[in-house]
Amino acid sequence: MDSIALTKQQLDGDRMIVNMGPSHPVTHGTLRIVLELEGETIVRATPEIGYLHRGVEKLGESLSYQQFIPLTDRLNYTSSLMNNVGYTLAVEKLLDVKIPRRAELIRVLVSELARIGDHIVCVGINAVDIGAFSAFLYLFKQRETIYDLFEMAAGQRLHTSFTRIGGLMRDIPEGFVPLAERFLVDCEAAIDELERLLTRNPIWHDRTKGVGAISAEDAINWGYTGPCLRAAGVPQDLRKAQPYLGYETYDFDIPVGTTGDVFDRYLVRVEEMRQSLRIIRQVLDRLEPGPIIVDDYKVALPPKEKVYTRMESLIHHFKLIMHGMEMPVGEVYSATEGANGELGFYIVSDGGKNPYRIRVRPPCLPIFSSFDAQVNGCLIADAVAVLGAMNVIAGELDR
Amino acid sequence: MVIEQIDAQLPGVIADRHAFRGDQTLVVAKDRFLEVVDLLHREGFQFLVDVTAVDWPERSQRFDVVYHWLNLASQERLRIKVPVAEGEAVPSLVSRFKTADWYEREVFDLFGIPFEGHPNLKRLLTWEDFPGHALRKDFPLDGGDPFCMEGCTAPYNRGERA
Repeated sequence: MDSIALTKQQLDGDRMIVNMGPSHPVTHGTLRIVLELEGETIVRATPEIGYLHRGVEKLGESLSYQQFIPLTDRLNYTSSLMNNVGYTLAVEKLLDVKIPRRAELIRVLVSELARIGDHIVCVGINAVDIGAFSAFLYLFKQRETIYDLFEMAAGQRLHTSFTRIGGLMRDIPEGFVPLAERFLVDCEAAIDELERLLTRNPIWHDRTKGVGAISAEDAINWGYTGPCLRAAGVPQDLRKAQPYLGYETYDFDIPVGTTGDVFDRYLVRVEEMRQSLRIIRQVLDRLEPGPIIVDDYKVALPPKEKVYTRMESLIHHFKLIMHGMEMPVGEVYSATEGANGELGFYIVSDGGKNPYRIRVRPPCLPIFSSFDAQVNGCLIADAVAVLGAMNVIAGELDR
Repeated sequence: MVIEQIDAQLPGVIADRHAFRGDQTLVVAKDRFLEVVDLLHREGFQFLVDVTAVDWPERSQRFDVVYHWLNLASQERLRIKVPVAEGEAVPSLVSRFKTADWYEREVFDLFGIPFEGHPNLKRLLTWEDFPGHALRKDFPLDGGDPFCMEGCTAPYNRGERA
């Protein structure tokens, strides 16, 4: 604890110790940063994390593959649906299962909605922390619509658990598509309003430009992914680079920044929201009726009416619930492009009902580990801006 | 392919290899691990995606330290596993990859695997006095009695402070 606790020398020296967190309005979640200041300049920032450590990976070892899905909701809780999708894709890679086309389309649809929701939180809260309150209000109306859509689809607004191994929990209901169509128009207008409030705002420029700048080499060395890496000028997006769920068939662009500072990260996120709207538009055009889960009763539960009327389906149901799926022995790493970077799942299977080891590669952990390097020599106010733009979600950081 | 490069330039370094569902895995002994890392870095694997470990209590080399690399130019992924016995240290990669700093601290915290040459090897997610290492297979799922700091009689800890 020598770096955290106040030593005699630190107390006597010129440095002032300022404690940010564990429950500070800008930490969004529970994390603690100990700042050492000389005057108002940060000399050292020591992040202390783990306040939200629930042992998700340990719990996963005693849960069946299906039972782990609700735990993924609680990783990045601002875009929980993308965690569901990322996890089920990893298990499907392990099983070598191909999901039906409609399930793929709906997964893309809800993932992009979740991405917009996540970017709304990140950009809106970042602006609030810096002092621009109104942008947050314009965007949160749209976030409400996204949550309404999730509620229609999954029955839950925040902890969706919408995907199942081999497909989806259920089909999207009537009324989902019209609301999504209206959302596309409203959200586009709200993003325009956001840009009118912030993009050319001189105060916003003063607070964000040059703050937290990082070179492409450093960003790669620190393990940056997602909007923070793209803002530094590296066009790495897994949706393009290693396409999954048929992303290669959609027409969308990858926004890239130049300096990697908070302003570039803001611009990248705003443009990504627009690109996500484009993808949603294309998904809505392609949607056609079809099955939403694989027709393999060794992987997915048979429909209830069959369970009640047919012996074989009842046996499948019983086997799946009691003994789980027949898992191959092996290990896979599957990565998807989460809202704040590469969300990876590394699963080791020994053929049992439960995973032998399940590892979540959180996108924000390597990004946040560079916090000290990012804020060194800056002011406290800049640390607030950098922390917001990193999009640190404590649930995912600590697992 | 980088695996051929490793074979050609560092013959005999790969102790074992397998491919499953398109994932390439190499097993490398810890003495020769840094040579492989330097070669990988030269070959364009400059993105260290993840560091983690897997506990196999019945094996003599109990832990597999698992590294995932990504080549940003070719989008190739590679997994390297370094088996170590309990108490054995793995060479730290912090001087080469800054991102290894917190990952190695996390592995140290949850598995108790030390990293040789790490500048600040402290627990990351649990607190300093935490008894035991949570992701080891012999650590009880309910955590035993995690608030018992001294005189703890839980079997994983044998009354010692971790």
